[in-house]
Amino acid sequence: MNDILFGGFQALLAIAAAPLLLGWVDQCRAWLQNRRGAGVLQPYRVLRKLMRKDAVIAHGASPLFRAAPYVQFGAMCLAAAIIPVVSITAPLAAAADTIALVGLFALARVFIALAAMDIGTAFGSLGARREMLIGFLSEPALLMVFFTASLICQSTLLPTIVGTLAHRELVIYPSLAFAGVAFTMVLLAENARIPIDNPATHLELTMIHEAMVLEYSARHLALIEWASALKLMNFTAIGLALFVPWGLTAAAAGPQGLAVGIVTTSLKLASAGVALALIETVSAKLRIFRAPEFLATAFLLAVLGLLVHQLLGS
Amino acid sequence: MPPPNWSSQLIHLGAALLLLSSFAMLSQRRILSLVNLFALQGAVLSVSTAIVAYTSGASHLYASAALSLLLKVFLLPWILHRLIVRLNVRWDTETQLNIPATMLVGILVVVFAFALAQPIAQLSSAVTRSTIGIALAVVLLSFLMMITRRKAISQVIGFLAMENGLFFGATSATYGMPMVVELGVALDVLVGTLILGVFFFQIREQFDSLDLQHLERLKED
Repeated sequence: MNDILFGGFQALLAIAAAPLLLGWVDQCRAWLQNRRGAGVLQPYRVLRKLMRKDAVIAHGASPLFRAAPYVQFGAMCLAAAIIPVVSITAPLAAAADTIALVGLFALARVFIALAAMDIGTAFGSLGARREMLIGFLSEPALLMVFFTASLICQSTLLPTIVGTLAHRELVIYPSLAFAGVAFTMVLLAENARIPIDNPATHLELTMIHEAMVLEYSARHLALIEWASALKLMNFTAIGLALFVPWGLTAAAAGPQGLAVGIVTTSLKLASAGVALALIETVSAKLRIFRAPEFLATAFLLAVLGLLVHQLLGS
Repeated sequence: MPPPNWSSQLIHLGAALLLLSSFAMLSQRRILSLVNLFALQGAVLSVSTAIVAYTSGASHLYASAALSLLLKVFLLPWILHRLIVRLNVRWDTETQLNIPATMLVGILVVVFAFALAQPIAQLSSAVTRSTIGIALAVVLLSFLMMITRRKAISQVIGFLAMENGLFFGATSATYGMPMVVELGVALDVLVGTLILGVFFFQIREQFDSLDLQHLERLKED
């Protein structure tokens, strides 16, 4: 019972804090570019503004178009309940392992791509095609990263992996170093960050994610934006759980342990946000045809991690 | 945790970084970054040799670590930098095969090297024996780089990286070659680079380009 309450609280916390992480990354980027920035609360203001407006839906939109934002948001919330963010015990962790998690992300992607094609505008189809191109290349890389961690810990369940990695004496895993680099590249690609896609662009030649959601407005758009922020949160949490697993608490630790977990997790998320902003500031956006190369490198690094694990046994 | 375990972990990490830098070189398009990566690889090699020296107590390995630091991190990259500036080829990016395909071939090469090294590693008794596969992979990857590049400079860097792999292999399999051999190889590499540097100018003067495809037709017509 305690576990369920604990886990539910953690998932809600992640969902509520997701726009804050996005705002923090944007704020860091602004500072690095010598701008003042809109403040870390800007994503919340955008969400509030969008929630108040009346939704406009294109002629000829099918029910799929209306349903897609809810499906995407639902999938991301479910993922947030599976990933250990603050504590090792996530509420639905036993229900889904890392492979199902990748499937969940794919579900959200497929629905939003279908909805973009549903309207029949040129931009929507273009964005959907590009998104699927990125998706089909980044998914195997993500799976390979998970497999490397799973091989080390002999389990595909995220809490077990994190528990094994966190409570072992300090061992250097070269294979995890490879996997870490690969995961960072996948994170950038999956969340439409800069080397692959610019989250702030509205230039039709380069946009991927934005092109898909052009037809959405008001509450639908708000849900999609929130889901994107949550996706960034989920990926960052997975990365922290796999590669910096220290400081996550167990449910048995009680409220005090929870407080400690929240503090350490916020610190880790904040520094991850700074690192993300730094990567985005120092790198230039790749041409769309270079994206497969970028993701092929990520896949290759993840496979190398697996191979090195097999060879060195560590 | 006892000290040997720690250092063997560090050696494993060094080996993995060596492999990573090999792949980075394989995927790199710019010659300038290629030289920097080569210097980085030399630094990793030097550090891991020093760790092997510390672990095994073989003091002559300290000398070869210092030698590779001096030669591969400072001297050779410096020579290559000068060559690049004088030949004005900083952004040359010619590859025979596109980069993702090269990387996939690279993975196959690594699998091959690991499979090949497995039985050899059983024979060795050194703490570093499991890294023989990685050394072999680095050698083969540099070989692949020499095959897939058209420009003379990147081929030379591939050649030098291959020597890095051989050196690492010797260190990890048998705690290094005799000092005389090591000095000889180091000097060979240095002199080879100097001579090849002269060749670059000759090639360019002859063909107006550093593309080695021109060398395939040697008959005058």
